[in-house]
Amino acid sequence: MATPAGSGADRPLVRAVNVTKSFHGTQVLKGIDLQVRRGQVVCLLGPSGSGKTTFLRCINQLESIDGGRIWVDGDLMGYREERGTLHRLGDRQIASQRRDIGMVFQRFNLFPHRTALENVALAPIEVKGISKQAARERGLQLLEQVGLADRSAAYPAALSGGQQQRVAIARALAMDPKLMLFDEPTSALDPELVGEVLRVMRDLAAAGMTMIVVTHEMGFAREVADHVVFMDAGVVVEEGPPSKVIGNPQHDRTRAFLRRMRSEEDRAQL
Amino acid sequence: MISEHSLEEAADRPGPISARPVPHPWRWVAVAGIAVLVAMVASSLLTNPRWDFGLAAQIMIQKPVIDGLLKGTILGTVGSMAIGVALGIVIAVMRISENPVLRGVSFVYTWFFRAIPRYVLLVIIGSGIGYLYNTLQVGLPFGQQIAGWLGLSSDLTIGSLNVNGITGSILGGILGLGLSEAAYMAEIARSGILSVDPGQREAAQALGMSSGKTMRRIVLPQAMRVIVPPTGNETIAMVKDTSLLIAIPVIAELNYQTSAIANRIFKIMPGLVASTAWYLIICSALMVGQYYLERYYGRGFGQQRPKTRRFARPAGAGGA
Repeated sequence: MATPAGSGADRPLVRAVNVTKSFHGTQVLKGIDLQVRRGQVVCLLGPSGSGKTTFLRCINQLESIDGGRIWVDGDLMGYREERGTLHRLGDRQIASQRRDIGMVFQRFNLFPHRTALENVALAPIEVKGISKQAARERGLQLLEQVGLADRSAAYPAALSGGQQQRVAIARALAMDPKLMLFDEPTSALDPELVGEVLRVMRDLAAAGMTMIVVTHEMGFAREVADHVVFMDAGVVVEEGPPSKVIGNPQHDRTRAFLRRMRSEEDRAQL
Repeated sequence: MISEHSLEEAADRPGPISARPVPHPWRWVAVAGIAVLVAMVASSLLTNPRWDFGLAAQIMIQKPVIDGLLKGTILGTVGSMAIGVALGIVIAVMRISENPVLRGVSFVYTWFFRAIPRYVLLVIIGSGIGYLYNTLQVGLPFGQQIAGWLGLSSDLTIGSLNVNGITGSILGGILGLGLSEAAYMAEIARSGILSVDPGQREAAQALGMSSGKTMRRIVLPQAMRVIVPPTGNETIAMVKDTSLLIAIPVIAELNYQTSAIANRIFKIMPGLVASTAWYLIICSALMVGQYYLERYYGRGFGQQRPKTRRFARPAGAGGA
């Protein structure tokens, strides 16, 4: 238990074992196991309240966990283990563990007092100590990558939701993360803006980025994910390749959820 | 009567609206009433010789008055607001800290300094502190007692300060007003910090920023948008509260100096007019400064101002 299994290139980038978490006496994660290999895209599906967003936030320690262990690239998240005793890491050490993990939020959370380019360049300057000039150049490059080079001087309030989310993706990429976490990145968007964000995420997956995506976009999960995890009521109900979990689900709960999603998609297409 | 139907068929469809406005008779009554009051005040200002504006203007530019204005009123405001804002933000951050001791200290500080009238506080600092502690010695805590137990001749003091020299001067006044102000500023800063969306903090933390950096780079700059307007209020109040410096007693201060001259020549009203005029001038200047501060910290929020001149014509409006 104490050390992550395997080492070197075949070691999973993310390994979560028996993760539990409660809020005010309600257990929302009841022993989650997950392994993500380098370059894999994993989609977390499930009804709201199933704990998938909480689990994602536990991976980069935005939430602390009550039980189990999470390793990212061999580092035990949030703790240091010495001779069988766990020591909680300090603020700065947790901050440095988060540097290599990018996160994209449902509500974008761009810094409203900074322009698009400043949003992207801020963390490399403040956290990595990169020169302003270099950070700006890299920032422009990333904005170009998400198709927003011409909006670099705009404040977030002047951007559409889809544009804001693409800036948020560029901001996370600016730290050169080895893992990207997406928390329902398209749920707050108008339907016609979903496509532009998914396109950027597809490109990212194609470029080999390791991604864990909480989403309700079945089409994206089916096409892009290597591995799909269906969660309900704080447990993993079913997991496997999308062809299996989405195409031929084994559990009643998965089937019921997919049926609901499909009827919603049909309604949206009417 | 023209029916809707026939209108649609008519060759000329309804054009621009030119309608009579809603009548507002009571507005005109109010305007008339105000006009009468303004005329009465103006007539009094012009015809009552006891105002003596010429003398008031002379008092305004006397050297002791200008001295008091600069060294007491303006320096006192700048100094005490600097202490108040800086310490207030620290106390606000302590108040929302996870450490219960820091939270407690912050609460007790705010409770204590908000409860004491500034005048009383300044008297205590000016007279009381120097009476209780003649000299301030810098050394080990309980150095004298420790030296006594060990039988040392030295009392382990590194240096000492004459307390009366500080508390009886403008420095004591700035300290007192600043400590009092910090209690109010802490609540203002706290409301500003709480107004920032928690998602901002999470986004900064997810990028690997420490909590200190998150506070300085992300939370406080956004909190400033909420903090600046009430701080402008506090600054303007502080300009006037520097007239309490007499409690220290510091006499190099605007209101004391104008009334001193007025009392000497038995012209009370011109003295009051002179200090009122100076207070109006300072506060007007501060309001202009506040406008620019608000514009700076409001960037990215609401509609964005074009970077053209404020009164520039819209493009295509045509010139004269």
